[in-house]
Amino acid sequence: MDLPQVGNPPTSNRPIRLLVRLRQPWSDHRAELTLGAVSLLAGLAIAGMVVFVAVHAWPTFQHNGLSWLGSGGNLDSQLQRMTETSVHPPASAYHVRAWPVIYGTVLTTTFALVIALPLALLSSIFIVEFAPVWLRGAMIPVVRLLASVPSVIYGLIGILVLVPFVGNHLITIPEKTSVQNTVELTGGSLLVVSVILAVMITPIMVALISAALAGVPASWREGAMALGVHRLRATLAVSLKAIRPAIVAATALACARALGEVIVVSMVAGDVSFAPSFAHGPLIFLFEPLRTLGSAIVDNREAFFGGAPALSATLYAFALLLLLSAIALSLGAYLIKLPLRKYQLR
Amino acid sequence: MNAFASPFSTEPTEAPRPSRGRGSSMREWRLLDRAIYLAAWAAGLGLCLVTGAIVVYMGVRGIQYLRPELLVTRPRIAEDGAVSGGFLDPLIGTAVLTAIGVAIALPVGVCSAVWIVEYGRPSWLARMVESSIEIVAGTPDIVIAIFGLAIFELSFMGPLSSTSETGVVLGRSFIAAGTMMSMIALPPLYAATRDGLQAVPAHMREAAFALGKTRIATIRRVLLPSVRTNIATGTTLGISRIIGDTAIVLILLAASLRNEPAGSIPILSFLRGTGSTLTTYVYDNSPAGEGKSPNNAYAAAFVLLLFILLLNWVVGRISSAHARNSGFDAGRGL
Repeated sequence: MDLPQVGNPPTSNRPIRLLVRLRQPWSDHRAELTLGAVSLLAGLAIAGMVVFVAVHAWPTFQHNGLSWLGSGGNLDSQLQRMTETSVHPPASAYHVRAWPVIYGTVLTTTFALVIALPLALLSSIFIVEFAPVWLRGAMIPVVRLLASVPSVIYGLIGILVLVPFVGNHLITIPEKTSVQNTVELTGGSLLVVSVILAVMITPIMVALISAALAGVPASWREGAMALGVHRLRATLAVSLKAIRPAIVAATALACARALGEVIVVSMVAGDVSFAPSFAHGPLIFLFEPLRTLGSAIVDNREAFFGGAPALSATLYAFALLLLLSAIALSLGAYLIKLPLRKYQLR
Repeated sequence: MNAFASPFSTEPTEAPRPSRGRGSSMREWRLLDRAIYLAAWAAGLGLCLVTGAIVVYMGVRGIQYLRPELLVTRPRIAEDGAVSGGFLDPLIGTAVLTAIGVAIALPVGVCSAVWIVEYGRPSWLARMVESSIEIVAGTPDIVIAIFGLAIFELSFMGPLSSTSETGVVLGRSFIAAGTMMSMIALPPLYAATRDGLQAVPAHMREAAFALGKTRIATIRRVLLPSVRTNIATGTTLGISRIIGDTAIVLILLAASLRNEPAGSIPILSFLRGTGSTLTTYVYDNSPAGEGKSPNNAYAAAFVLLLFILLLNWVVGRISSAHARNSGFDAGRGL
């Protein structure tokens, strides 16, 4: 099968000779080095990403200092002003207070996780423990499909179905008039964003949690049941406890996904960088529009098409914040899961 | 997971169900436990319902608005400013981006997985590679997109994208978008290949070594052929990630109405030019974009969903055929 080719290479052509040499069996050493070098590409990409994004974001931090993170003024008009500056903007053009989008990102991510975590735990338990065999066979493709529906389809359904429904039926006229001086309630809201994000991240969590749950040795649970508890109690007390690191890791990964989801938020969150205020009442709070770090980048993407260096630096800063939190979450999930390998639990 | 490393190799699905003894009747359960049990059923059925609702709704809208000529006509701007015509250009754009992305992600993903599982020395480097792929998996696509823009805007990258009249490199092209797409296809490809390699029984490697094969020959002749199905699964997952991505196309392909070649060399000019995909077509034609023709958006989204359904079906087929045909089960769970 693997004999070295005998005889001369077919032609004296240089590239062909190289090809022939590559087709010869490789030495182990060379293969190891080549494969290792290719494996480093992902690491290089991450390092390059942090460096490039940080360099592009630097001017905005330089001119604003730590108050960049603070609140103050209308973010939309601050960003709008940046588009009106020249190619070499003065230091004053960089003025921005990014709190509304940071707050919006934290809010949507938290709400989505609060909805998705119990849902994911319950459905993982259902899939692994209680679902009849035929239903379990159906659940696996369902979860896989739900995880792979493109975000733009969720966004389309959100903007054409959910947003008008919330705007016309859930928000009452008195609620609209009570805040009409600060913000217009159209239906694009924290509520819709959180619900759609929850639907998007639940399957990711279900996939990870149910894989871990299925990996718990049956004997552990049987031991508990032999002591007299029923199946649900055994699952809750033994299996869930054993896979706690996997649950935390799944939550962290889902959190990273929710942080970085931009298209849905840009489509259904209403087109205002508003910071929802709890002072308006809990229901209205849910109905208020907002913008996240990522959707601010998408909504202002014209800045990258030339002419507004201040704005594009600000957007790179948003991206840097997203990138650093995503790296922290992924690394956290990776490190948390490491001890699970000892028990072959993923 | 190497089944031979653990004494707990029993698949839980195959484990015998405990016999119905005392405490197995629900009537003896505590109220809270019964509530949790019902909630678990509700959550599971709820997931199915949501998925079913999405598919059925998109199907109804798709059949309502999709006409065959939409698939073969190019988009254009109608007199009232709305987008009309079909979505031939976005379809081509999706296909080209997928091809470029997979062409880059496939070798990188497979090589990384092989190196991690079969070599993986020094171990600190292996950990670094592993964790960096996990980080790539968690990186928001919008960040990948503008990172790509920062790279392809560099002046020496000029030949890979178009240049404006003033000589500024624009950094937006099929090559740029496809290269960055490979980053979102890499993690599933890597994970599938790695799981497959880890599930290959150790005795297959030992048999090859006993015959005097080198490590790399074992990898090429024994291991890679036996994880072909895993690689196929990973590739399919990667493809469905690529065709579903919007942010990278919006930023790096400019999401122009038509595919606009840059330059005069036949194929290269297309790859250097800008264009759009089905996802950005949907985005631009929804009320969120400028197109304002939601009917076309529904039709394109339906086609997109059909692709995703097809790819999911392929993944299901591959893994079930694989489970039947091979003695070892590569990867478990979902």
